[in-house]
Amino acid sequence: MIRTTVITLTMLILIFIVACGDDEDEDNELVIMTHDSFNISEAVIEEFEEANDATVVLQQAGDAGEALVRAILEKGNPSADLLYGVDNTYLGRALDEEIFEKYESDLLDQVPDEFEFDSSGHVTPINYGYVNLNYHLDFLSENGLTPPTTLEELTGPDWDGSLVVENPATSSPGLAFLIATVAYFGEDDDYDYLDFWADLKANDVLVKDGWSDAYYTDFSMYGGDRPLVVSYATSPAAEFFFSEDPIEAPPTGNILIDNATFTQVEGIGILKGANSKNLAKKFIDFALGTTFQEDFPDKMFVYPVNKNAATPDFFRFAEVPSQPASIGAEEIGEKRDGWIQEWTNVVLR
Amino acid sequence: MPETPILRLENVHKSYGDTFAIHDVSLDVDRGELVCLLGPSGCGKTTLLRIIAGLESMDSGTISFDGQNVQGVTPHSRGFGLMFQDLALFPHMDVFGNVGFGLRMQGMSSDRVQMRVDEMLELVDLGNYRNRKIHELSGGERQRVALARSLAPAPKLLMLDEPLGSLDRVLRESLQVQVRSILKEIGVTAIYVTHDKDEAFALADTIVFVDRGAVVQAGPPEALFRAPATEMVARSLGLRNLIPGTIVRASDSVEVASTVGTLVAGGSPPDGMMTGDDVLVIINERGLSIAPVRHGSAGNGIELSGVINARKFRGGESEIHITVGQGEVVAIAPSNDAQSSLTAGDDIFVFVPPESITLLPPSQG
Amino acid sequence: MRASRLLAIGPLAFLGVFFLYPLVAILAKSFGGGALDLGPFQVLLGDSYYLGRIWFTIWQAAFSTFLTLLLGLPVAYLFARHEFPGKTLLKALTTLPFIMPTIVVAMGFVALLGPGGLVNTGLSNLFGAHAPQIRIANTLTIIFMAHAFYNYSIVVRIVSAYWANLSPQFEESSAMLGAGRVQTFRHVTLPLLLPAIWSSAILVYIFSFTSFGVVLVLGGSQFATMEVAIYELTVKLFRLEIAGALAIIQIVFTYVFLFVYTRIQARSAVPVTLVHREAVSQRKKSVRDMIVVVGIIAGLLVILSPLLALVERAISTSDGYSPTHFVALFSNDSGSYFYRSPLQVIWNSIRFALASMVIAMLVGTAAAYIIVRPGRRSSIIDALFMLPLVVSAVTLGFGFLVAFNRPPVDLRGSWLILVIAHSLVAYPFVIRTLLPVLRGMPPHLKESAAVLGASPLRVFIHVELPIIARALIVGATFAFAVSMGEFGASLLLVRPEFATIPVAIFRLLGQPGEANLGQALAMSTLLMAVVALGFVTIERFRYRDVGGF
Repeated sequence: MIRTTVITLTMLILIFIVACGDDEDEDNELVIMTHDSFNISEAVIEEFEEANDATVVLQQAGDAGEALVRAILEKGNPSADLLYGVDNTYLGRALDEEIFEKYESDLLDQVPDEFEFDSSGHVTPINYGYVNLNYHLDFLSENGLTPPTTLEELTGPDWDGSLVVENPATSSPGLAFLIATVAYFGEDDDYDYLDFWADLKANDVLVKDGWSDAYYTDFSMYGGDRPLVVSYATSPAAEFFFSEDPIEAPPTGNILIDNATFTQVEGIGILKGANSKNLAKKFIDFALGTTFQEDFPDKMFVYPVNKNAATPDFFRFAEVPSQPASIGAEEIGEKRDGWIQEWTNVVLR
Repeated sequence: MPETPILRLENVHKSYGDTFAIHDVSLDVDRGELVCLLGPSGCGKTTLLRIIAGLESMDSGTISFDGQNVQGVTPHSRGFGLMFQDLALFPHMDVFGNVGFGLRMQGMSSDRVQMRVDEMLELVDLGNYRNRKIHELSGGERQRVALARSLAPAPKLLMLDEPLGSLDRVLRESLQVQVRSILKEIGVTAIYVTHDKDEAFALADTIVFVDRGAVVQAGPPEALFRAPATEMVARSLGLRNLIPGTIVRASDSVEVASTVGTLVAGGSPPDGMMTGDDVLVIINERGLSIAPVRHGSAGNGIELSGVINARKFRGGESEIHITVGQGEVVAIAPSNDAQSSLTAGDDIFVFVPPESITLLPPSQG
Repeated sequence: MRASRLLAIGPLAFLGVFFLYPLVAILAKSFGGGALDLGPFQVLLGDSYYLGRIWFTIWQAAFSTFLTLLLGLPVAYLFARHEFPGKTLLKALTTLPFIMPTIVVAMGFVALLGPGGLVNTGLSNLFGAHAPQIRIANTLTIIFMAHAFYNYSIVVRIVSAYWANLSPQFEESSAMLGAGRVQTFRHVTLPLLLPAIWSSAILVYIFSFTSFGVVLVLGGSQFATMEVAIYELTVKLFRLEIAGALAIIQIVFTYVFLFVYTRIQARSAVPVTLVHREAVSQRKKSVRDMIVVVGIIAGLLVILSPLLALVERAISTSDGYSPTHFVALFSNDSGSYFYRSPLQVIWNSIRFALASMVIAMLVGTAAAYIIVRPGRRSSIIDALFMLPLVVSAVTLGFGFLVAFNRPPVDLRGSWLILVIAHSLVAYPFVIRTLLPVLRGMPPHLKESAAVLGASPLRVFIHVELPIIARALIVGATFAFAVSMGEFGASLLLVRPEFATIPVAIFRLLGQPGEANLGQALAMSTLLMAVVALGFVTIERFRYRDVGGF
């Protein structure tokens, strides 16, 4: 028994010693905290490292929401220099909590105005994407259905039990789609977004907590029983890219209804108290440059914000909606929690 | 031989909450002596053993072994052996592993462990059992393995807690003889706990009577029989002639009025008792003589007259129940010709010599 | 006495430093570091929505536990009382559901019972297009099925380990006294097994109570439990004070349950003389026994079929069966920074799991000894030691980041933080498997060894360890499994180079596309293989006479 205790105590002490030894301070180290969907080529990171004689450490901290909460909790004593992954649904909170240093890159002039989502100059946009409905081609043709052209149609008998969405309280695309419905139906109209959701609920809409759950277990493409899913405009392109056998066109398609797709812009910012601020600024410039901008589309399946950056050929299946919903980051920041509460009341309670 | 006791208990106390488990126990055990702690279940015998072994603490008192106070010495350093009632054989080891355990703990070389285990198994008559699994053994075999295990490390003091308790009568009696001869052969000092008086009498050099956590009486078996110290001891020993009475006269002898008539005992009354006090009379059943006619005046004894109530033959003896006055007296006599004609209903005379009578204070409560 | 006091310091220090301190740190931060404000509690308890979630969490966990016991006990009987070829492997497979990421299990259910799944396709093929279809997706039924599926191995392992050393004489004497099989089970076997049953029930209840993933993936968001509410409040709504209040409510609720459970368990314990397994399993078997055995094995295969369906999907391509997906795992076509070869990922998983297992065994064993020490406080401590299972990965993960964020102890980004997080959820298994054996061990065994000259340490090594070894191995198995399967904390705390198998699966399923799914399933198959191999290895572990107990 004594031995057990001794071993336990020794282990504890060792853990502390090792942990302390872990705390190496490299001079030119840049730590970037991101969410777990972030992806980039090793070669691109190496290029930056070589050019600046620096070491880059990419630290993933859960999903986008968790990464932001972590950054807020670490305010003043950040474990990273940069936080990548604040989007226009989270921007308000990030700014309220004042976790970022101000920085405006010269390269922002290569970014169209519509994507410059932070007028305060703290968060630099890097990529964007659209959240919209995807449909399963084979299912629709087998059942003699055509994709809906309005959101109202989804409450009709054709689409009874056909749609799976993500919970806006737990999922980014879920929140994006909720905001799109707010933009589409309005908040105070005779038939507002909550009426729509109530009808959707009556039409047996299924709510899942995460995109992966919805897509891989309920979408009919992967064995589920629902041919419509809230996903991204790039998802059909990804289906094409990741197809196992050579195909002409993807097995899924985009439903791009005017005013019913949400533009999700994602950016990067320097955390207050960062060790390597200059390096961080250089990285932001680098991330806006074409090398970086052209590298991530086939990894993260998002569009580059730099208008000079080319997208891969298969992005032809990632159609861009002609008229996405327009709703600003500020309004989202103000009303988001209220929408989620209302939505939860109507759909889940 | 210098008769300083090897184990000495002085004023040992132990209580659980308000109740005394062990109450002021003092006890001496001589080297090589086989002591039986005898008493009803729950009387504290086992607790006493555990205190001696160091498995349980005591509230006050001292225990010394070979002149050394054992206070603060851990059980594993005392060099005592204890054989538990449930034997506590290690179920994950075979016979060899069990018997050799204590030896390995002493750091004995494996050659010597082998030899010693074999020697011990021979001693308990289990010569070729060394590789048997515990669950393959019969009850008696387990008992003997446990004994061999306790003896193997040559304990300075061996304690046995009702080791034969779970066995049937025949097996138990044969093992009693074996255990005594093994213990005596080795010459180990031993304390043996039992609630069975026959077992205690078969084994012990000295019997220590324990009741409600206290030592009631200690001595050689015969002495106990001859002069039990309390009614409880008397009853536990199986004595039957326990007759309540009142002292009517106490001078050079004591006269007691009882249900069977007036009885006369030699000597003086028990401590602090005087005329008019209630008393318990014990008549030694083997100290009586009976005859169909009056004995006449033979010494100081008195003669009672009664009627034979029942007669039982036991081996070479007869047990005769006699109704005397309002009570009953049991007499045991050799079955000889003189009495062979006695049967139930016969008138009979019982001669009670003073030395066959013991007087005790009546039991409380 | 001093040694035992020293013994108490180890696990209590571990709990204090790595659990209570981070927990208090994050809660203090949530409440703004000021005095505890009752406002958030009033908000919560005045809101029928949150009250509903609390109530739902409680009753679904209780019912799930009941179902899990029903499912687990027959299988426990099988492994405890019967020998048959392939037993070790089957036993290893039994525990697989426990470690699989929830989404993978959900896909297994879909592959089996979904609209295009094996069962419904089979029904259509047999009875034509209008054949009855099984539709259980997103119902309450599937939640309970899933919980039972996930957790039954806890019951199987813990109960069968105990059962295997329970003397059949109890049952035999009951039979001789005229009790039928059912009566014997009800009046004799079941009461004797109670300590072990309570042990497993406590764990199953906690897992069902806090289950984050499985309910949601299979049941949809309307079945949200308190865990989800905490995540939602922390991450999405950023109302840390309410999340903190809910976490406290959750901890208090479960603590009360745990306290009651552990008390009952302590009372149900009776010292039982355990017998060597050989003495149990060598009994003669009747034809009826054989039928029962075959029946239970068949049932077990049905339980495992969702996992088998996954393996089938992992090796199937449009050209029939091939290892395409496995091969693809080894190439990094896109040159991603985050790519790690399966070998490295597997190695990460294994070493973290082994490290967590060792810590869990040390802490768990020492803690179990503290708990069995006589005393009125033992249930209080026992329940306290179970709390790490209750607190959500989100709360604890952020707690770590807040608590260990400054030199000299900056654990952020260190793999140790992960191992500690895993150990915290692993050691309660060691405690729960050890308690019934420790409480059941006749005290005379230890005393006997002491009187024969063995010091407490040697008593532990030569007498107690061999007897508790079997249970310790079961505990170790789960500690290993918990770490292998954990990904909530892993995702939150770990650097890319320390990616584990579940993290890799999660990444693959983060993007659409057949290839991603195929590789994720291939990775899941590897996870099952590695874990099964690990289980068999641990199971084969033999030390002297350890095997019998």
